[in-house]
Parts: sequence; C-alpha cells; structure tokens
Amino acid sequence: MRHVVSILVENEAGALSRISGLFSARGYNIESLTVAPTEDASMSRMTVVTSGSDDVIEQITKQLNKLVEVVKVVDLSEAEHIERELMLIKVRAGGKEREDMKRMADIFRGRVVDVSDNTYTIELTGSGAKLDAFIQALDQSAILETVRTGASGIGRGNRILKV
Amino acid sequence: MDRIRTEELSGAEIVVRCLQAEGVEYVFGYPGGAVLWIYDELFKQDKVRHVLVRHEQGAAHAADAYSRSSEKVGVCLVTSGPGLTNAVTGIATAYMDSIPMVIISGQVPTHAIGEDAFQECDAVGITRPCVKHNFLVKDIRDLAVTMKKAFHIATTGRPGPVLVDIPKDITAQRHEFHYPDSVAMRSYNPVTKGHAGQIRKAVALLQEAKRPMVYSGGGVILSNASAQLRELVKATGFPCTNTLMGLGGYPGTDAQFLGMLGMHGTYEANMAMQHCDVLIAIGARFDDRVIGNPKHFAQNLRKIIHLDIDPSSISKRVKVDVPIVGNIPDVLKEILRQLEAPKADQAARPDPLRAWWKQIDQWRGKDCLKYDRAAKIIKPQFVIEKLYEVTGGDAIITSDVGQHQMWAAQFYKFDQPRRWINSGGLGTMGFGLPAAMGAQLANPGATVACVTGESSIQMCLQELSTCKQYRLPVKIINLNNKYMGMVRQWQQFFHGNRYSESYMDALPDFVKLAEGYGHSGLLIDKPQDVEPALRQAFKRKQDLVFLDFLTDQTENVYPMIPGGKGITEMILSEEL
Repeated sequence: MRHVVSILVENEAGALSRISGLFSARGYNIESLTVAPTEDASMSRMTVVTSGSDDVIEQITKQLNKLVEVVKVVDLSEAEHIERELMLIKVRAGGKEREDMKRMADIFRGRVVDVSDNTYTIELTGSGAKLDAFIQALDQSAILETVRTGASGIGRGNRILKV
Repeated sequence: MDRIRTEELSGAEIVVRCLQAEGVEYVFGYPGGAVLWIYDELFKQDKVRHVLVRHEQGAAHAADAYSRSSEKVGVCLVTSGPGLTNAVTGIATAYMDSIPMVIISGQVPTHAIGEDAFQECDAVGITRPCVKHNFLVKDIRDLAVTMKKAFHIATTGRPGPVLVDIPKDITAQRHEFHYPDSVAMRSYNPVTKGHAGQIRKAVALLQEAKRPMVYSGGGVILSNASAQLRELVKATGFPCTNTLMGLGGYPGTDAQFLGMLGMHGTYEANMAMQHCDVLIAIGARFDDRVIGNPKHFAQNLRKIIHLDIDPSSISKRVKVDVPIVGNIPDVLKEILRQLEAPKADQAARPDPLRAWWKQIDQWRGKDCLKYDRAAKIIKPQFVIEKLYEVTGGDAIITSDVGQHQMWAAQFYKFDQPRRWINSGGLGTMGFGLPAAMGAQLANPGATVACVTGESSIQMCLQELSTCKQYRLPVKIINLNNKYMGMVRQWQQFFHGNRYSESYMDALPDFVKLAEGYGHSGLLIDKPQDVEPALRQAFKRKQDLVFLDFLTDQTENVYPMIPGGKGITEMILSEEL
C-alpha cells in the first residue's frame, strides 16, 4: 500500500542522508521525497511517499522516530489529507500546435510560465495522478522536458503536525 | 562591574576537560596527525589515562568491552582516515549489541574537508549506518555541548556508540569552556515509563499461563535488570531461558534456567519456546539466530508479552500481543508489585505449572549437550567445563566468534551479568583479545579469560603487545582445531564435506609467539593435562598465559538449527 509519511527533522547537515540512508539500508521503498525548511528555520519538513505492508510501514515510522534528529513522524495516509505536487513541463508549441497546447494547459488548470518561439513551459500543480494524466493527454513527441517535485502533504482540518 | 569570565581553552583542552568531567578513566586509542593537539593535552594531565593499542580495531573493541563489563562508558580516540576506518569494525560490533561507547576521531582541518586531503575520509558518512548518532564539530563553540550530547545519547534509551569527528583546526582554536550538566534535545526523548494498561494486561496473562516461558536477552544486562528478572522468575516459578547476549542475566546454575536458546541453544529451551502458551520476552529481539524461521515459530499459538526500551524492536520479526516500551527494571518492578496480590482462587488450585515442568524435565532428559567424555583427544567442551571449575565460575569470559564461542556459552555457567563478553550481533572475529583488555582494565583484580580459536585469535593478535605494556594478566584459552571450526561444520552439514579454505595451514607456534611478545605459553594435547595446565595458568595472577589446546578437529556444536529452519528442527549430536 502507498503511504505518505511526513517528517519534522532538525535542519542540520546530514539529516537528509540519515533518512535516505535508513530507507536504503533497510530496503524500504522511496517513491518520492521532498524537503524544505518550515516557518521555523531550525526545522525542515519532509514528505516521503513510500509503499509496503502495514508491518513494513510500522517499522518505517518506528525506525524514523529512532533517528536522533527526527522530531516527529506522522503517516498522513492514516487519515484525510491533501497532497500536491508541482510539475514544470516544457513542450513543443510552434505553429498550429501552439493554440492546442494552451487550451490543454487551461483544461488542466496549468499556467504557461515561460515562452519561446516554439516552446511553452507549463506549470501544473495537483495530485500525482493529475500530473500523470496531463502527460498522458499530450502528444508524447511534443514533450521536451519534465521536472516534478514529488508529493508534499498536509492533514485536513484540525490535524496539525507541529512541535 | 566586570563580567565573570570563564577560562579560554583550546579545543583539544576542551575535549580532555569534557572527558574528565564525564569521569572517564581510560581512553583507548592510537595517535596520528589529526589528533596531535588532543594527544598533547592528554600528555599534560593524569586524570584520563590513555591505553595505546596496536591497531584501532583493538581500541574500539577494548572500549566496547570496558563498557560491557562495567556499566561505564568506553571511550576510544583515533586519528582521521585509516585511524577511523580501522575502528569501524569495532564501532559496528558495539552498535549491533547496543553498547554505550563514545568514539572521538580526528578530521582534517575544516578548510581542507572535501579536498581529498591526506588521511581524509568522510567519517560521519562512513559510520552513519553503524552508530546510534554521530557529529562533525565545525565550530568550536559547539564542541563542549556536542561532547555532552554524545555521552547523553550513548547511555540513554537503547544505548549505542556515538562518534564525534573533530577537525584539527578546531582542536587548536580557543574558546571559553563551559561543560553543561545536562542537555535537552527536542528530537531525542526516549520513552522510559511502561504503559500502565499494558502492564495490567501482561500481569493478567502471566497469572493465567499454564505453559509460561521467560525469554530474556541483552537488554536485561544493559539495563541492569537481572535482580528484577530473578525476582520475577522466582516469584512465578516459571522456566527461563537467555539469549547469547543475555547470559548471566539469570543465574546459569539455577534449576529454573533452561540454558541458552537459539541456533545452538538447548533442546529444552527451544522446545519450551515453541510450546509455551504465554511468552514474556524481556530485552530480546526474536532475531534469526534465536527463533529461526518466524513462520515456523508462528505455527504454535501463544500470547506474547514483549518488554523493550526500543519500540522498533517490537513486532519486527514476530507479532506480539502485549508490547511494553519502557525501562526494563521499572517495568519488571511494577509487574512484580501487581503479581503480589494473588487471585482469590489461586491457593485452592493444584500447582498449575506441574504438567508443564514435567514436560520440560522430559525434554531435559535428552541431555542435549552430551559429548564423549572418554575421548582420547581433547574435546573442546571439556576444556570449557574445566575452565569453569578452575575459575570457580567466577571469571569474566570474553570470546571470539565461532564454535569456541558457542561452547563457552553452553558450558560456562554464568551466574552474574557482565561476565560474558562476546560479539553476538555482528559476530566479529578478533573481538576476544582486545575485549579481554578492556574488561581487565575495567575490573582490575578480576580473573579474565579469552576463549578463542586459532583463526579468530590471529585477527587481533597484535594486542598481545598492548597486554605486555599494561601488564594485563588475561588468560588466553585457544581451542586449536586447525580449522575455522564453524565454517567447517557448515561445510560438513550443508556443502558435502567440501572444506573450502577453512583449514588453517601454516599456523604459528603459539607458545613461541606468546614468548616473542614477552608472555608465556603452554601447549596442551592430552585430556589429562587440561586441568593441571589451567590451574597452573590461573595461579599466575600477574601474567598473561597463552594456553594452546589441541582439540578434536571433527567436533561439532550441537544442537544446531540449520539456517532458515524452525526452532524445533534441531540437529542433535550423534552421541544421543
């Protein structure tokens, strides 16, 4: 099963490698991993999308909690939560393709953030599935480059992950 | 008004002052370029004594065993690059067995880090998977508090080794010294108090058990809980087994003790593990060498209570019914308190455990550790039995890894904790001799013996020189069968008697070798000479004596659970 694990971690050199090292050393999957400082600059928040049986996920959270620099761990997928991922995608957009491409971006509520004579760079935010769907909807030969951030997640309503 | 100013000290002085403040008696180490300032400061004082090993692996093992045999923290000091990489085997050994230890490593100056400088290596990166935590000190202002954190983290929660990597320029800079009494870390607050509701559930299960079993491991030794464990076993009348790491946690000579369990555990202990109806696991982790195949173990239904300080040890290989995370002595005290109020109908019932003990005694009747006592060649088991007799069961025994380790665990009955010092988790050959040094320094006056084999002893043999320098009178019990015995045994059982590279050709003359290092040695090749030789050696309280016993080359360790098999699928000795 796919799980979204949120981790609050001390913003110290090496903290990221401790976490990614734990996943590789124990053979856990990482589908994506995002990290950036929080409003409190001494702390970073990480979102790891992983998969495994319930037993494996239990071990992952326990092992993460055991790391000295980890402050808090929450499995977001245990309850209602929101996930968002950002993609920047550069597509061929010259001649009569140009209009089609703009329309497609509009349908997916994407924004064109950079333009050249024959390309668009489109910014698209949403669930991973939505980004996949956008890629699928395009003429594959029109895709020049993509970059995705991986999912960030937050709990719904009053569910708050804070120290 | 003048501001009260604390002294300004160099980084190296700060390191040494921190060690003094922690009450560190001994530092095991080896000097080199990056730690020269620290060595200079060690030279100027006499509170912290330095033990100069002959290889950094020896320093780590000695510091580790110093800790295992004493409750104190072992400290190890090595230089950058090869100094650190040589220590890694010892650090990983301590990590696998959860031993509190602080390793200080020198690093190239901060401005040179990342430039592939002479004797540079990424110490924090290399050791990350085999330490509880590690630090690179990049600012002298952080030095003292980092040292405090290192000792705090190493000794609290589930203990483990902590490395502090200090660049050379930091040891030369100057800063005010203040050593904090305590440190608080928002990200590190190990649970210590057991959950009251879970404890109540555990007590209820224990009271209802018809076929109970107590299974305890290294956690009992590390948390100093053997007194409470004894009390629990005595109060309940339950049978008890110890893991390899847990030996001495419960008295080995007691009638309720079923011996060690696991791959080379006793028949009765393994059978009772499989057939019990309530199992209480205390500071143990159901690892592969203990319960074998977890699927086979799960075939029998039983309720499992699991006490451990580390939540990640619980339900890792085996699902448990009542997990209790907490400090073991405190949780056991609470369980004992609640058990003391006996249930009203208990007095009226016949002893509910009688049938269970009858079954256990039947299993015991197998006499699974039997071996040929009339043999004309020295049997290794016989040497350990005599070692036990001659030392009155009172020695600190360190061991290397292999057959001799298992025989020592099976045949030396440990009645006290911290007397059995071995590398259980990592299985590090070469551990025994440096471990004996650490144990002897932590326990001056105690009898320390290193049970080893001709292969293991050669892996840290150079430490014979350290033993000479510091006059460490350890006794080396070399069970010499000219084979890597455990490898040979597996090759016999599972690889069609193809003894690939397990024969130790061109062995040195160990007696002469010991003499070369300034010690004395004895060669023993007849069973009738075993006891006199041991007596002669142990009489020499001031000297290291190397006893080279030529033992039966074909002897195997029994019982044995083959890798991947179930706990009751034991191969038993042909003697039975």
